[in-house]
Order: sequence, then structure tokens, then C-alpha cells
Amino acid sequence: MEWRLNDSRPIWVQLTEQLTERIASGVYPMGQKLLSVRELASEAGVNPNTMQRALSQLDSQGLTETNRTSGRTVTDNAEVLEQVRKKLAKDKIEAFLEGMEKLGFTRGEIIELLKGENNQDE
Amino acid sequence: MSDNLIECRGLSKFYGGVKALDEVDLKVGSGKIVGLLGPNAAGKTTLIKILNGLLSPGSGEALIDGAKPGVYTKSIVSYLPDKMYFADWMCVKDLLEFFGDFYGDFDMKKAEEMCKSLNISPKQKMKALSKGTKEKVQLILVMSRAAKLYLLDEPIAGVDPAARDYILDTILTNYNEDGTVLISTHLISDIEKVLDEAIFICNGKIMRHDTVDDIRETTGMSVDELFRAEFRAVPYQGGR
Repeated sequence: MEWRLNDSRPIWVQLTEQLTERIASGVYPMGQKLLSVRELASEAGVNPNTMQRALSQLDSQGLTETNRTSGRTVTDNAEVLEQVRKKLAKDKIEAFLEGMEKLGFTRGEIIELLKGENNQDE
Repeated sequence: MSDNLIECRGLSKFYGGVKALDEVDLKVGSGKIVGLLGPNAAGKTTLIKILNGLLSPGSGEALIDGAKPGVYTKSIVSYLPDKMYFADWMCVKDLLEFFGDFYGDFDMKKAEEMCKSLNISPKQKMKALSKGTKEKVQLILVMSRAAKLYLLDEPIAGVDPAARDYILDTILTNYNEDGTVLISTHLISDIEKVLDEAIFICNGKIMRHDTVDDIRETTGMSVDELFRAEFRAVPYQGGR
């Protein structure tokens, strides 16, 4: 998985988002040990202090836990994970709706289009 | 010991009538990667040379780890100059041994490993190397020291993008945690992500000194975008 740090917002914010996505989608599975700050920083090509800041953010959200002996692990609390997944889903849906409304579709039309898409898949 | 690894107070330098540095006040702490960013002729190289003890200040002072540039500071500063200074009859191995003799903190094993991963044979003569490869050798020598302060003057300008990534990664993984790296460059977009702090210098003055993420937060621009906006030159309109 590639790190995308292309926009002009603070780098630690972009790192936090992408780490969160990786945890929510199971790229970093529940309870798994994460690479060290330095290793992650080197992988993403960013400053270790910046990566540290992003990881502390995940710690404070309860997505990761820092243990003195085993380093940093992904939370094994399924409830926390589920909440984050729902939050991400909501964000994506909102962005999608905004895009569609810009194109001039009403909510009703969008739902019809989605149903059509769903039928094609089956 | 001092809290600031680099401290400049009212530092000025003239070349004849030309002011290269103008009352520079600067503090840089430990454990940071700092970009010294400015257009051509901004004073970047002059500042680095003063920190190195290669030039003496016109007025004001520059301190490294609390000491004026001299024997002590040279033992803790690893410097990559903007020009090559090696004799071209030497081979890569000669240079490694030369540095190993000269600097107590030189790590031969590290240097040899870096040569290997960049496909540089120790037997090659400097004369036979391309410009980019020479720069890589120079960077290997400098980064193989366990210094407190690395002063890198334009380390990535002459190498291809793939080697640039390798070099940045080398800097990221090799500087030690209480060491600081000061990198002068105008290739900002390549280097922005690895920096803690950015210093903007222009006409010998420090225009801005902030963390990269604070710059992004307060201006809504990346450091590269901000640099282009602040130092934009009006194009010549053909005299109209």
C-alpha cells in the first residue's frame, strides 16, 4: 500500500488519516504489532517526529495502544474499530453525495441510480 | 552543552560592499531535520560556511553546541560542501580510509554498505565517476560519521530522482536521535516531507522559521507553494 501525501494540509494529518484507513480496512489487523516509528517513517518517506505525532493521535483515539514491553499494537477492541469504520463510511457517503449534487442529481435520483448499480452487480 | 545546537546572534557578513548575511538571529535545537531554503544568492552557503568555521563572521557570532567554530565544533560537525574538494586520482576506497583516519566518529562498515547499495565499487577512481556518482560518494562519507550536526549544502541537486529518494532515506535513517541535520536546497517539494522545520532566507535575512506542519496549518499551503508565492519574480515582459 502506497502512502499518498500530496496535498498541502499538515503532513501529520494526512498520515493520521491513512493510518486510520489501514486499521479500519484490516491492512493492520486487530491486535497486531505495528512497525516502529522509525520504520514507518522511512516507509512513508517522512520525518520520524511527524510520524510520531500521527501515531500519538491514534493512541489518543484508542485505535492503537502503546505497551512498554511490546511496543505499539492495533487495538483489539472491536467496538472502537466498528465506530471508526462507520465514521469513515459516513465521510465517504457525504463526499459522494456532495459530488452528485454538484452534478445536479437529487437525493431521489441518486438512490435510484444506486439501486440500478446494485441490480447490475447481482 | 547548550540547549541550542546552533545559535546565531546578530550575524552579518559582507563580501566587499555586498551584504551576504544581515543580522541573522537563529536558534536550532537537537534531533531535528531542518531545511535552509532560499533563492539563489540568498546567503545559504555563506551561513553554512560560517557555522563550519570556513568563513569568519563580519559581526555578531555563531555558536555550535555553545562553542565558537573551531577544533571542538569540527569534531561534531559533518559537512557536505557545495563543491567537490577531493583529489581525482584517489579511488573511493582511498577516500573512505582518509575519512576513517581523520574522523574518530567515522563508521567504515556503514560507508561500505552504502557504497554497495548504491552500486559504487570501492576500486573506482574519482576521475572516472560521473558528477552524480561523485555526489553520492561525498554524501556517503558525510553520513557515515556519527556527528551531532550535519551541514548539507545542496545534497540532492545533482542526482537523479531515484537516487534522491535513496539519499533522503539515508538521511532519515542515519542521523542519530540527538543529532540535527541542516539541509540547504531549493528543491523543496522533494525534501519537504522529511523536514521538521523550514527556514526561509532571502537577501541575507531570515524571513521565516517555523515547523513544516505549522506553515501548512497557518497558510494552507505546502512549503513549496509558499516558497513559490513569496519569491515569485515578475517575468520580463519584453520591455513593454
